[in-house]
Amino acid sequence: MPANFEVVIVGAGPAGLAAASAAVERSRRVLLIDDNPAPGGQIWRGEGRQPPRGVETWLETQVLGPLRPGLLMADRAGVPAQISYEKLILATGARERFLPFPGWTLPSVMGAGGLQALVKGGLAIEGKRVVVAGTGPLLLAVAAYLAKRNARILLVAEQAPRQRVLRFTANLWRQPAKLAQAFSMGRYLALKYRTGLWPVSAHGNGKLEEILLSNSRRLACDYLSCGFGLVPNSELAALLGCRIATGEVLVDEFQRTTRERIWCAGEPTGIGGAELSIIEGRIAGYAATGDRHSATSLFTARMRASRFPREMDSAFSLRPELRRLVHPGTIICRCEDVRFSQLTSHTTWRAMKLHTRCGMGPCQGRVCGPAVEFLLGCAPEGARPPLYPATVSQLALDRQ
Amino acid sequence: MTADAVVIGAGIVGAACADALSTVGLRVAVVESRVIGGGATAAGMGHIVVMDDSEAQFALTHYSQQLWRTLSPEMPAELEWDPSGTLWVAADEEEMQAVAHKHAYYVARGVNVEVLDAAQLADAEPNLRRGLHGALLIPGDSVVYAPCAAAWLLARAQLRRASLLADRVISIGRHSVHLTTGDRIESPNIILASGAWARELLPAIPVRPRKGHLAITARYPGFLRRQLVELGYLKSAHGHDTESVAFNLQPRTTGQLLIGSSRQYDVTHTSIDAPFLARMLRRAIHFMPALEHLRVIRAWTGFRAATPDSLPLIGPAPGREGLWLATGHEGLGITTSLATGRLIADAIAGRTPAIPPEPYLPARFPQ
Repeated sequence: MPANFEVVIVGAGPAGLAAASAAVERSRRVLLIDDNPAPGGQIWRGEGRQPPRGVETWLETQVLGPLRPGLLMADRAGVPAQISYEKLILATGARERFLPFPGWTLPSVMGAGGLQALVKGGLAIEGKRVVVAGTGPLLLAVAAYLAKRNARILLVAEQAPRQRVLRFTANLWRQPAKLAQAFSMGRYLALKYRTGLWPVSAHGNGKLEEILLSNSRRLACDYLSCGFGLVPNSELAALLGCRIATGEVLVDEFQRTTRERIWCAGEPTGIGGAELSIIEGRIAGYAATGDRHSATSLFTARMRASRFPREMDSAFSLRPELRRLVHPGTIICRCEDVRFSQLTSHTTWRAMKLHTRCGMGPCQGRVCGPAVEFLLGCAPEGARPPLYPATVSQLALDRQ
Repeated sequence: MTADAVVIGAGIVGAACADALSTVGLRVAVVESRVIGGGATAAGMGHIVVMDDSEAQFALTHYSQQLWRTLSPEMPAELEWDPSGTLWVAADEEEMQAVAHKHAYYVARGVNVEVLDAAQLADAEPNLRRGLHGALLIPGDSVVYAPCAAAWLLARAQLRRASLLADRVISIGRHSVHLTTGDRIESPNIILASGAWARELLPAIPVRPRKGHLAITARYPGFLRRQLVELGYLKSAHGHDTESVAFNLQPRTTGQLLIGSSRQYDVTHTSIDAPFLARMLRRAIHFMPALEHLRVIRAWTGFRAATPDSLPLIGPAPGREGLWLATGHEGLGITTSLATGRLIADAIAGRTPAIPPEPYLPARFPQ
């Protein structure tokens, strides 16, 4: 039997929590879903954020895909569930882009957010030598977190050139909250922060021992955590038939997608950070419950908040040298062991997938897809259900 | 430009036609606007299987299977050639009688087959449910990864001067095809091998798209040894019900399992029909309860090109000089592609074919 709700919100990060608090003002039947054990999303993970009162919250719940219009198939902590909605708000967030380089598959080389999540989950990082590399303010946030847990941060390597980063920080005065954030992190790590620097390769015998940097220096370390920007999680929107352009879910001014009864807020509509996500989430929550007045009143705030991501985008755009790190033998798709040389003769993602198995593994191209898009310019198309590996019995709708 | 033969479509059938036509010395142009082997070729299981539904079907599948076997020593690894054999599973005594009948049929035609009783079947595939009555083992059946097989056949043809044009045919003229780019290819022989999409260029062709769903699991090496198909499959595949499902399970060389099969007429959208997929998976669990806990990583759909009599259209298009049809292979396109290529090449080159071509001639249908 499906559980019935008026408003179902997928994702309990900043956008989803904001959507829930707006929707619950008018609706008594709001469900908030997240696949993590606690609300907060990637950015507020472990901060004890609570969903608004009156909102039913299902954690450790993965949406597998649509079952019928208005009905979702889900896995609620290992138990199959069907969720019926009148209105659906997608607040599925973003994931890190990982760029391959020789040695990236060594143990202890991982995503920036990935290492942070492991430490939050209990990985002992105290005294370990850590290099954080990639691009964007998130590197500093991760480094600051790890430093607080007594990791030895050897280096924060930002690939963007110094001038662009300086111009970006100079513009932060228009965003006092961001400025405060930047300074508190900056003091902590100012001495370790380098611009125009990136990892070229990672080396070690069975585990990471040292890395080679773009300035030709070698650095011995225990962990290398890399993040090269964020990629919208638009797979669920794609499965629901929402129109997507250059990886972003298309929405109108009320955050309404091209599909009836489906709204979308936050990173899936374009990477914009937590502040913009919160405003978009509130607009979606109000719009979905028919409160156009409250939704409209937030349009100016949304416009103001969207300046910051635009500036961030241009400051931290990826430099072309990063395309040349891979060797012919570098693994691109880790699930299926596909190497760079196997991909270069193909011109579309589908051809690569069909003829090399790239993106055919359990992650369904979530990791290699954005890398291939940057390296070879062909983006993954659409999505295939289930969104997460699901048992045959779940998809068979046995005993449901 | 000009060519001795134009092949429309680079699925497995088009690729096999290009391979065979270039072998008899023709200069071939293949036109494909999308990925090589990206239609039904990519969607299907790649099961190379001998069938006994009719004498004509047996002749075509048997001949084609021999052609595949001959090629197998030359195949590169990515074709994942796997001579794993098929077990036709009998659920009751009536189906066991069908097994005996099939056994006699194949033995009379020189095909190596073996009857397994209930105990032998349980021993051969321990994950099948208890209570099944037995099976017919066809050890000579095999599996191939079809998109790479199509690319390989095409590459062979290209070594014999065949060219591949990344373009789409918008109309077929007399001894010419017109492309979206405005170009024209002049050729005395045009082979229409675009599967269920053949109707776009030839609306009167007796081909209907028949949608199928498939699901693939994560890797479970050793879970399954041979391809398992319920005997009821024949009813699903060769009957013409609007909707049907049948148990059809295939081990891949990767350790993954491919779960089929389903058939739907009159559906044109490509999206997954989750309740219908569920019905197909329940059928699989019914035969193999241990499947329940395995993880599916992906499901997809595709369209077979179905004909009214379940036999393909191979030969001249009636009333259209120089136009040849190579479509309508339904669920057997991978198996019968190589034989199709040979029949078309033999007819164009004026050679005597290895099997009688009459049952597959498009002229059997009223125009």
